[in-house]
Amino acid sequence: MERTIYREIRATPQVMQLGGLLAAFILAALWSVYTVEHHGHVITGMTNQIVWGLPHVFAIFLIVAASGALNVASIASVFGQKAYKPMARFSSLLAIALLVGGLAVVVLDLGRPDRLIVAMTTYNFSSVFAWNVLLYNGFIVIVGGYLVLQMMRKVDPRLVKAAGLVAFLWRLALTTGTGSIFGWLVARPGYDAAIMAPLFIVMSFAFGLAVFILVTLWLFTLSGRIFGDALLIRMGRLLGIFAAAVLYFTTVQHLTNLYATEHGGVERFILRDGGIYTLLFWGVQVVIGGLAPIALVFLNPSRSSTVLAATLVIIGGFAQVYVIVIGGQAYPLDIFPGFDVIEGFNEGIVNPYAPSVYELLLGLGGVAIALFAAGLGAKVLRVLPTNLSDANLPADR
Amino acid sequence: MTNRAELTRRDILKSGAAVASLTLALGVTLMAFGGAADAKGADAGKRWGLLIDAGKCDADCSDCVTACSTENGWGHGDHGSPETDPAWIRKVTLKEQSTGRTVSAPIMCQHCEAPPCVDVCPTGASMQRPDGIVLVDKHICIGCRYCMMACPFKARSFVHEPVTDQKVNAPRGNGTVESCTLCVHRVDKGRIPACVEACEQAGHSAILFGDLNDPDSPISKALEQYPSIALRDDLGLNPAVRYQNM
Amino acid sequence: MILRIALLLACLAAPVWAGDLMPTIPAATGDPHPEGNDYMRRNHMEMMKHDRDLTLRQGDRDIGASLGQCFDCNAVEVAGEPVGYDNEQHFCRTCHDYAAVKVDCFMCHTSKPATDIHRTMATADEPNSIAAYLTRVEGAEQ
Repeated sequence: MERTIYREIRATPQVMQLGGLLAAFILAALWSVYTVEHHGHVITGMTNQIVWGLPHVFAIFLIVAASGALNVASIASVFGQKAYKPMARFSSLLAIALLVGGLAVVVLDLGRPDRLIVAMTTYNFSSVFAWNVLLYNGFIVIVGGYLVLQMMRKVDPRLVKAAGLVAFLWRLALTTGTGSIFGWLVARPGYDAAIMAPLFIVMSFAFGLAVFILVTLWLFTLSGRIFGDALLIRMGRLLGIFAAAVLYFTTVQHLTNLYATEHGGVERFILRDGGIYTLLFWGVQVVIGGLAPIALVFLNPSRSSTVLAATLVIIGGFAQVYVIVIGGQAYPLDIFPGFDVIEGFNEGIVNPYAPSVYELLLGLGGVAIALFAAGLGAKVLRVLPTNLSDANLPADR
Repeated sequence: MTNRAELTRRDILKSGAAVASLTLALGVTLMAFGGAADAKGADAGKRWGLLIDAGKCDADCSDCVTACSTENGWGHGDHGSPETDPAWIRKVTLKEQSTGRTVSAPIMCQHCEAPPCVDVCPTGASMQRPDGIVLVDKHICIGCRYCMMACPFKARSFVHEPVTDQKVNAPRGNGTVESCTLCVHRVDKGRIPACVEACEQAGHSAILFGDLNDPDSPISKALEQYPSIALRDDLGLNPAVRYQNM
Repeated sequence: MILRIALLLACLAAPVWAGDLMPTIPAATGDPHPEGNDYMRRNHMEMMKHDRDLTLRQGDRDIGASLGQCFDCNAVEVAGEPVGYDNEQHFCRTCHDYAAVKVDCFMCHTSKPATDIHRTMATADEPNSIAAYLTRVEGAEQ
């Protein structure tokens, strides 16, 4: 394996056009935020029943993918797979970019985003949400430091490896925290489960790798660099394993809930009676986002299979986060067990949710921020390797 | 005291000690009985609560809801809909699945002893006073709505649109979360909550207000005598609001 | 050269032409603050911030400096009606517009004088006092 050369991507007209397109999405998101700030959340589709909506689906997907995108660097530094080493720098950068995009969406959707300083200085440490604020900021600092160490010359490789280990452990804590936001809510039967944290961890493996594959491939195509088939197929196989792990944890989550009679209602809702949620769960999350990618990468391993599998995992991932976040809120709270509610507004019924254009624009803006930051980083920093061709793969695995 | 004409230091110390211990003794006695009636601020010796007799609650009456919205200045927003309008208190009519019996009652913030909303608030805006009343400190509320996810009773509302002409006693604004305050502005001035007053005036007296920590208060005696339930008892939150004949 | 000196003198003399640069603060009614206006101008934000936590978190309403009490004396009336913060003649607006410091209070608090609020503890003869209520409830039980 020749020594890896990292080079900035050149600002071709195509790159600039893409940047302009992303900037347009970011501006649209800012317009949406300004309008919602001015008129209040009443113009969005979020209500007192569905309090977290489409923006939070985007944000949680981005945050989960962010910690997973760092995996590629961790596979190289913590697990010693040399083939992944050239991608470690961009993996770190992409992780930060995705996290920033996700956090931007969460912060801009707050009722009082002007109080961000309050959120970052006043902490109630019995809240996992407060811990998450520290974990997210720490992630940016630690992975930023790891990236700097990787880019510095004459640095003891053991130090880089130690930084990689710290980043890996921190990202596990971060994703555990993100999953626990839902897992530690006793009030709602769709959430209150210890398995939420490990489920989010494997989701991060799958979503992060899928996003990394697509973004790196995209940048390589834009800058005319070679991404070898063998490496891509190898990453595709890994993606298939991660997607299978997600299916496994999802199965365990639902089987456990089905066994407990008190949670039978929410399970019937998600798995059978939930309309759009049932369709998203079986059709998109399980089939499109789980079974199809696994079949593609194992039964027909190829370059196009991997690309398609990565795309499907992302689509399935969005559906999974949608079912978790919104489906969990749509199912009514069972405040009066043993009783039917015959009068009472929005009591005991499935809560409807119709996202507004403001929420969609904000979510897309977050994606645009992440992609723009990743692209900008690849353009001004030497993080993208010039040669990932098969001829350049290391002999040992 | 000695027979000397002038006071010595020892005399002053002895009489001073006597006066001081007498003063302290009075204070200790006061604290043992749960604090003075008009103690400055929220009294940790008290725990304000409600006992709602669903048997006395009329399914067609919503005076408690009207009184609360008038007292605290919430109601229908200009552009809102029932899904986004706040509801500090709401009426529900239930039908028991096994027997067909119908019952009606108001639901509001249950002022739990172990409130999940207080646990999950990232900034600590969702808080509990020493006397048990659960409030939102809207000065530091960032409007993340996590407390709304955490509340098992759907007691909290998010203010979805800009508010003007707020009541002096109930500041509320766009982008923050709010819920029943047990009319803390009235209670602190020695008055009963608006819903309690309205229910009494309507002739039902279905909402009984009092100090749960005082064994001689009417609410404590009623809880001791008659069976009552807490909503979502399985969660172990020990709410200050309990229901009778539900 | 002479033109430059003339321009410099003109700039230095600008305040004379600009007229009254300081904001016109509406006159208040009632007794002046014992601490003095200067102290209030510099410290009112700290006082409010300190007292708001005492009131909200500890329930101490005996602090003698509620926002509502400010407007007992510092309310501005236009056409016989007190104006709110949305009107630029509001008491707080006159200084804060000049200093370009946004006031966050009135997103939640009303900016007009208090009308029907309870300033003092209820006495036992008032029907909605806790004492009178408990007497009625105990009486009904017998």
